[in-house]
Amino acid sequence: MTTPTLIDRFKTGLWYENPGLVQLLGLCPLLAVTSTFVNGLGLGVATLSVLIVSNALVSLTRRWIRREIRIPIYVLIIASLVTCTELIFKAWFPALDRSLGIFIPLIVTNCAIVARAEIFASRNPVGTSIIDGLVMGTGFALLLMAIGAFRELVAMGWLLAVLPPGAFFSLALAIALKNVIDTRRRERKGDGLPHRNRLLNR
Amino acid sequence: MADTPVLKSGITLAVIAAICTALVASTYQLTHERIAANEQAWLEQSLQPALSGLFFDSGVSESRVTIPAPHGLPGSEDAVIYRVYSGDTPVAALFVVSARDGYAGAIRFLIGIDIDGAVTGVHVLSHRETPGLGDRIESSKSEWVKQFDGRSLIDPQTSGWKIKRDGGEFDQLTGASVTPRAVIKAIRETLSYFDANRDTVFAAPPDGQDETSE
Repeated sequence: MTTPTLIDRFKTGLWYENPGLVQLLGLCPLLAVTSTFVNGLGLGVATLSVLIVSNALVSLTRRWIRREIRIPIYVLIIASLVTCTELIFKAWFPALDRSLGIFIPLIVTNCAIVARAEIFASRNPVGTSIIDGLVMGTGFALLLMAIGAFRELVAMGWLLAVLPPGAFFSLALAIALKNVIDTRRRERKGDGLPHRNRLLNR
Repeated sequence: MADTPVLKSGITLAVIAAICTALVASTYQLTHERIAANEQAWLEQSLQPALSGLFFDSGVSESRVTIPAPHGLPGSEDAVIYRVYSGDTPVAALFVVSARDGYAGAIRFLIGIDIDGAVTGVHVLSHRETPGLGDRIESSKSEWVKQFDGRSLIDPQTSGWKIKRDGGEFDQLTGASVTPRAVIKAIRETLSYFDANRDTVFAAPPDGQDETSE
């Protein structure tokens, strides 16, 4: 098996295995805070930073951690990082912190983060784990921003977009759009998408 | 023999927990002064909305007085009161109180009361209530807190200071009853405190110069 290049990794995180679009992880914050672009950006950046550092720490400690206690350790690491992020937001971005409210502390429960710790960081060296965190976090953050921007724009003419149902419609549209693009590309190229599933979790 | 892995796991957990605690503690050290300053700024921005319609003197933040616990107001921490004067005549007081019996954690809010004991405004400063349900106590999310404006201890009588479901006079929030109960109780307690301590509240000297250092 060849080692994936950096570009391959970015393609994976941003498109083929986007945590929100494909793996459908972290939907609760995704649906709840994306009423505006700025909220999407704020939560996206917060999740991205937690994901990078948690991947790094999980990877650094992977040799000392027995399988039986790995989950409590992930929870400890992720919860501490989220608490730090919350404090940093309160100190430097108070307005954003008020508008995101409880969703900053709720990053702890974002399964995208624990999934990357378990699937990737606990089996890979620090460098690659950090890149994985960066790539997956960016994929998630971009999706949050895209949906936030879309809902904010549409809400000017159609109020439902900022209400909770609008979040479901927007995500459904985004997933449908991705599938259409993938199908088109597959038809053009003949068979199968490159990298698809091959990079999965390795 | 069988103990060794357990012991090892225990030690690993303890070490990682200690490292994580150190990380959180040092971030707290780095940020707590800024956070306190931000909260103070947010509080002072919120004074005006909680005084709806009343003449607002720019000197309100200097009229601050901190009442150490226990004080009979809602919340177990020190209570902060701002006084509003028109010339030398007391006009209203603003109470920063916290309700501990919310759905999740303390709800910190500002209650403005005019000299006659009527509410001038309620403004939620921070809370951890459920998004979409309890968080509608925020004035930016719904008009719910507006229903207290102009109300006092005699309007309604004590038995009416409840949500409608409990036989009171105030609207509940659909899907959340713990949060409104906590808020209503805290407002009523603050009104009673003000009623009983009106003169002390306005006579107390403002916090000394050492308070401005924060």
